[in-house]
Amino acid sequence: MPANRFNGFQDYGVGIGLRVPHYQHIFKKKPVVDWFEIISENFMVGGGRPMEVLDQILERYRVVQHGVSMYFGSAEPLNREHLTRLKALVKRTRTPWLTDHLCWGSVDGRYTHDLVPMPYTFEAARKTARKIREARDFLEVPIAVENVSSYAEFHVSKMTEWEFLNEVVEDADCGILLDVNNIYVSSRNHDFDPYDYLNSVPAARVAQIHIAGHTKYQKLILDTHDHPVIDPVWALYARAIELAGPTATLLEWDDRIPSFDEVHREALKAKRYLPAQMREAS
Amino acid sequence: MNLEQLQRAVFEVTRQPLTPSETMRTRLPDGRSVRDIANALIKPNDRMTSFERLQIYNQQYWFRILASFTEDFPGLLSLMGERKFEKLAIAFLNDCPSESFTLRNLGARLGSWLGDHPEHVAGVERVAIDMANLEWADIDAFDGPELPRFTPDNSGNLSGDTVFRLQPHLHLLNLAYPVDDLLFRIRGIDSRGETVSNAVLNFPRPSKIRRSSLPRPRKVHLAVYRLKDTVYFKRLTHDGFALLQALGQGKPLAKAIEVSMLRSRRSVDRVTELLREWFQNWATLGWFAQP
Repeated sequence: MPANRFNGFQDYGVGIGLRVPHYQHIFKKKPVVDWFEIISENFMVGGGRPMEVLDQILERYRVVQHGVSMYFGSAEPLNREHLTRLKALVKRTRTPWLTDHLCWGSVDGRYTHDLVPMPYTFEAARKTARKIREARDFLEVPIAVENVSSYAEFHVSKMTEWEFLNEVVEDADCGILLDVNNIYVSSRNHDFDPYDYLNSVPAARVAQIHIAGHTKYQKLILDTHDHPVIDPVWALYARAIELAGPTATLLEWDDRIPSFDEVHREALKAKRYLPAQMREAS
Repeated sequence: MNLEQLQRAVFEVTRQPLTPSETMRTRLPDGRSVRDIANALIKPNDRMTSFERLQIYNQQYWFRILASFTEDFPGLLSLMGERKFEKLAIAFLNDCPSESFTLRNLGARLGSWLGDHPEHVAGVERVAIDMANLEWADIDAFDGPELPRFTPDNSGNLSGDTVFRLQPHLHLLNLAYPVDDLLFRIRGIDSRGETVSNAVLNFPRPSKIRRSSLPRPRKVHLAVYRLKDTVYFKRLTHDGFALLQALGQGKPLAKAIEVSMLRSRRSVDRVTELLREWFQNWATLGWFAQP
């Protein structure tokens, strides 16, 4: 299960996001890290320092690309310029799989730069799946889509979020980047049992898992990625590993970022949930 | 309601500027009730109304793009002060929403927009436009593309008909104010010397520049470019700037020289010497791409 056709048959272990405040530490100390996740858009530029940094990272580490603005769920067609730049980056990083979100965020060529939840309709599932297939065919790399955290639900929805996820990934025949923190956040915001969601995910399609922290407010939880992972999310992670087997896992920490060592330590807690024989081997 | 209609309806609401107390407006510009739209689109729950749930996306939209815009234009912020800058930013981003998959390009149209909307920078129009253009050039030079370089070694086939290509990351700015000095002051960088690196990891939060300490108008011809992953500002002479501009417009070498030297009273020998010096210097700085 850990290596499957949705993650290029790679078994990557536990990684962390590559973030600017950690660059100096990484280049100076050269820490041992299973892999780094990069935000694709940060490196879809013409040149300069970002590409220099990326090339240095690629010399020493394995990298997986994670996008934030493909917007598979937007009704408008895929942005060809975006795809062309993304493909150039895929060739440069040799990412074994590529991820982006199951959401929308652009209308008529204008961008929200947000991850807006989908209306869970069959029309939306069909259109979204078609765009994922188009992107995969163009990019020639396996694609996995991430479930987002959400703060609103649409009246027009005809199914649950997890039913929608199933519809899309089956139709697109793509992988899933399973974000267990997002499942937790949405379950609290929309009053569902996160295990109902988790247990219905097609485990064989899980290419990668995200874990993260969040912030609780009086009326809702926001997916802020600025705290350690809380125990209920670790419990969901344990269940995900039980269902999908040991899977490439990534800790997201994007705001109020602590030291590299602290972030890495938090990520490595994921190894506690591996089967005993794999824990000893790692 | 199909997918396209729903997304248009949500985006129309979420991109409306927030109220001064950072809540969602209750009416669209055409008078429609946002509460009615939210109720029609969004399910409420036992803690939040449809309006409140939609408001989260409205707030996230503005908080995100304003934070990015503010980070990109610390010089303009310092020039205008926080209150006027925020008003300007909201008006600009409302008129010119992002049309790029990356927030990097958010301010690309700011300079020309300010030219069309000087009321937002009243009293400091030209210095503000100069600053906006400089800060955008700085962003673009930082990670803009670089083509294979022309070096003095590949100069064997040059003739008067040669058309040079300037590097895409090279920006030529015709400034009415020395805003390069002002920007360095704001960033706390010593700008003595004609070429100054702009590589700073953390900028102090800029405070408002007093009107009395604004620079006096002075024409500055500035090149903003990248060399070895660092952005530099370099002041040019009028003639050198005009020559580069002509080359950048695609004029052949002989024509560009003719255009740029029109007002020169220098001797032919001096002009030849200057040209050799300039081209050697500019090629070393990597400003030319291979023709």
